Amino acid sequence: MNKNSNTYQILYAAIMVLLVGVVLAFVYMALKPKQDVNIANDKRSQILNALHISAPNEAEIPATYDKYVTRDLLIDQNGNITDSTKNVAFNVDMSKNIKLSKDQQQLPVLECTLDDGSKKYVIPIYGAGLWGPIWGFVAVNDDGKTIYGANFSHASETPGLGARITEKEFQKQFENKSLFQDEKFTSVSVMKKGQKPTNGSDYVDAISGATITSRGVSTMMESCMAAYEPFFKKLKQ
Amino acid sequence: MLSKKNKEALFNPLSKDNPVLVQILGICSTLAVTVSLEPAIVMGIAVITVMAFSNVIISLIRNTIPTTIRIIVQLVVVAALVIMVQQFLVAYNYDVSKQLSVFIGLIITNCILMGRLEAFALNNKPWPSFLDGIGNGLGYSIILVIVAFFRELLGSGTIFGFQVIPQWCYDHGYENNGLMILPPMALITVACIIWVHRARNTELQEN
Repeated sequence: MNKNSNTYQILYAAIMVLLVGVVLAFVYMALKPKQDVNIANDKRSQILNALHISAPNEAEIPATYDKYVTRDLLIDQNGNITDSTKNVAFNVDMSKNIKLSKDQQQLPVLECTLDDGSKKYVIPIYGAGLWGPIWGFVAVNDDGKTIYGANFSHASETPGLGARITEKEFQKQFENKSLFQDEKFTSVSVMKKGQKPTNGSDYVDAISGATITSRGVSTMMESCMAAYEPFFKKLKQ
Repeated sequence: MLSKKNKEALFNPLSKDNPVLVQILGICSTLAVTVSLEPAIVMGIAVITVMAFSNVIISLIRNTIPTTIRIIVQLVVVAALVIMVQQFLVAYNYDVSKQLSVFIGLIITNCILMGRLEAFALNNKPWPSFLDGIGNGLGYSIILVIVAFFRELLGSGTIFGFQVIPQWCYDHGYENNGLMILPPMALITVACIIWVHRARNTELQEN
């Protein structure tokens, strides 16, 4: 058969692509369950991290998570609980949720009970960095006002610059900062050293050299947490 | 098994015909994944695997490939293998897959691969092609590991994540060199290695 005839080439390409497609689909299906477990565990350890808890090893993550995260909540715009079935908040896909219009967005909250019996409320947040998405989990004290801990992650920020939002030193700054000033939600801003926010909100130092990622964290905090204002106010009472 | 020609295919890329140092291929990923040792080693293993298998597959079907669409065929084979490696990493080594993220996908565009497929696998039998793939992958990995060693040591003061620079150095004012973490220093480190390599192998020097 003539190797350079059109029929041969087209048939060759078609059969090759079909074969490769079948093999890839098979590999994907075979590995999917294991991958899903890894991705869920990664998310769990990020949530635990916001609570300053780390599981002793990878296998212990689900057990540790179940021990501390006691209730999953979905709330509405007025701060009322609409759903509290197990894992309902954990399973909210923030990357999709954020694209919906404000009144359609789900507002997940993870209610956690620490060893000393105090309750913390972990809010997932999601936003844009310089190169790709950034996200995080903010643990709020039961006074509905101050931050207990925060954890940030990113998909593809610059190593040594924007990627440093995952470092403890940056995340530590958020502890004990207040989301409210004079009973008004002001969020916590990320500011360049020496600058102060105009609305009088609490602020933390940005990462030098990573202006856009730092601003992304600031925007993400404000836009995602603002919807929880009624919920926080209810907590205070 | 290892005739003289096969030995050359396996061992030449380690030094005299090193893909990074002599052929100056695959520089982009060398800059990207060498901030610390662990991702560098995983990347090395991934490239060796993909190279060896794509070389064998292309070599096996070399007599059936229509010359006009051979690049497409090579790309499909490489891309399929790379996606498989990526899926396996997500399933079995999630942390490293997170660190390497886009760079595994970029193995597809690593010029070493296409270069070896075109120059070697298309004209040689599977066994020598396999050795050639392993050899070139190893040659690439060695450089990755050397660069990563220096960058992690000087940039973070650690080796494999363990602190090796004693704490009293930091207490007395020693600072990690933040520049080592950024890509430019990887380029300079590679250049230094090329310098040393050429100084030792005089036959490689151009006039």
